[in-house]
Amino acid sequence: MIRPSPARWPRRVDPGAALLALPLVLVFLYFSWGPIVRGLVMSFQQTNFVSGSTWVGWENFTYVLGDPLLPTAIGNTLWYGLLCLVFGFPLPVFLAVVISELRRRKGLYSALAYLPVVFPPVVAILLWKVFYDPSADGLFNTVLGWAGIDPLPWLNTGTTAMPALVLEATWANAGTNVIIYLAALTGVRTELYEAAELDGAGIWRRIWHVTLPQIRGITVVLILLQIIGTAQVFTEPFLFTGGGPDNATMTILLMVYNYAFINGDYGAATALSLMLAVVLCVFAGIYQLATRKLGRDS
Amino acid sequence: MTERAIISDVDLARPLVRHSMRIIRGAVFAGLLVAGAGPMLWLFKAATSDTQDTLRAPFSLWPSGVSWDNLIGAWPRLDMGVYLWNTVVMAAGSWASTLFVCVTGAYVLSVLRPRWGGVLSALVLATLFIPSVVSLVPLYLTVLDLPVTGGSLQNTWLAVWLPAAANAFNVIVIKRFFDALPKELFEAARADGAGPVRMLVSIVLPLSRPILGVVSLLTVVASWKEFLWPLLVLPEPTMQPLSVALPRVAQTSEISLLMAALFIAVLIPVALFLAFQKQFLRGVGLAGGIKG
Repeated sequence: MIRPSPARWPRRVDPGAALLALPLVLVFLYFSWGPIVRGLVMSFQQTNFVSGSTWVGWENFTYVLGDPLLPTAIGNTLWYGLLCLVFGFPLPVFLAVVISELRRRKGLYSALAYLPVVFPPVVAILLWKVFYDPSADGLFNTVLGWAGIDPLPWLNTGTTAMPALVLEATWANAGTNVIIYLAALTGVRTELYEAAELDGAGIWRRIWHVTLPQIRGITVVLILLQIIGTAQVFTEPFLFTGGGPDNATMTILLMVYNYAFINGDYGAATALSLMLAVVLCVFAGIYQLATRKLGRDS
Repeated sequence: MTERAIISDVDLARPLVRHSMRIIRGAVFAGLLVAGAGPMLWLFKAATSDTQDTLRAPFSLWPSGVSWDNLIGAWPRLDMGVYLWNTVVMAAGSWASTLFVCVTGAYVLSVLRPRWGGVLSALVLATLFIPSVVSLVPLYLTVLDLPVTGGSLQNTWLAVWLPAAANAFNVIVIKRFFDALPKELFEAARADGAGPVRMLVSIVLPLSRPILGVVSLLTVVASWKEFLWPLLVLPEPTMQPLSVALPRVAQTSEISLLMAALFIAVLIPVALFLAFQKQFLRGVGLAGGIKG
């Protein structure tokens, strides 16, 4: 028997559909699609509230690329992203594997791992500022003191400020990835482990040959999302250090903020935003190609 | 049958495996307790201690006694009532506008499926792949001076509520849920002469409580965490939510009062999470599914 796809609704209710879609279309038009297009346009303009906008060609881009602060900001953003990857990538995988091995109280462990994620970032940062008190009585320095280590200046020197931001960010964000890996791990079929065990594979070989290959896909996605997220870091450097000391935590987003909301140079701000977005889109493209290749190979 | 993963009952019979597992489990639990519950408990201690105790002896438990004065004094002295109320208004409005826009949108894309649905779906999905940094400045200028209609939303709640609703992730999560609803129900309702709105209200919404609960929780907590956007569009101090007001207050306030304020600010999201853990963790799992 031939019947039309049951999912199809007849065309005649189109007016009703249009009316119901109106809120979505309007909100996206004004607050999502519109600003994206406007961002593209504005990066080639000089925007002035009094005399309106004038086209300036590539001037905004050459101005931003010539800013002596830009190499510092790019370097700092890369350094931040790299540190976040080094600390933030293995920890959630490890925690998720351990939690998935528990026979009971999985819920308690997961809840504890996720708790920092519900802390509003501003509250967390203001709290961690107290933890990072550089005096010997500071909370973290007291802990270091127990291990016989001299107090660290934390946020007050160029070398320690960035790792301090990364430490807080890792604490604040790891929980999300723990839960996502955990969901992926419960998808690993029990029979695979039983078969591996019958073939004589030990625990390590089961982890290496059964567990890790199963979460490879989600791992690639999470690393990519982390790169895209860390490249746009703002709240931590803004509230912890304001980009200091001596520009050691000046990131690209902080530069965008300063261009737009301190200098009022919207052209430079959108030009820098656009360049960052293009680089991140290239990342997304590489990722698409990589996953397609992985799909073909396996 | 006991559920197993990597390690089987046979493995657990070996003393080396059993003891290693016990040690790893204990270490992980201790670590999670310190990192997960520690800051919250320490914040409570600091909120009920005086400034000197917090700064000089961070690990001593109330050396000069418990002082509830901070938790009471923070309300009038730091205007906590105003900021907390603003945060609640911001979260409630963002929740309402998000649900309204995303539910009607997802319903059109999933159930009504008009001819232009595919294009609209693709346009919504595309915004997920564009880094948010591109639209920050133009979005701010849009809110300052609305195109076509004119007027400014600065220092109005709409400046926060409406952009929050333009959330492709929520549209897609809800649409996927609607996609899985049994189509026969819609056909039967249509045969009974129910119009699209009637069908949304009396069939789709009652069946969608689980997903709407998850999206609601994620939206409220996300709004509670928001910082940069309200900082830009709500420069008027009496309209600012906690996250915008606290860093400003922190510059002049005593540490003891500030700790009490931070404790008050974190209480509601943490309580929401503890009350609805399952829904939260499910929501995060969903996010993983979309991203994967």
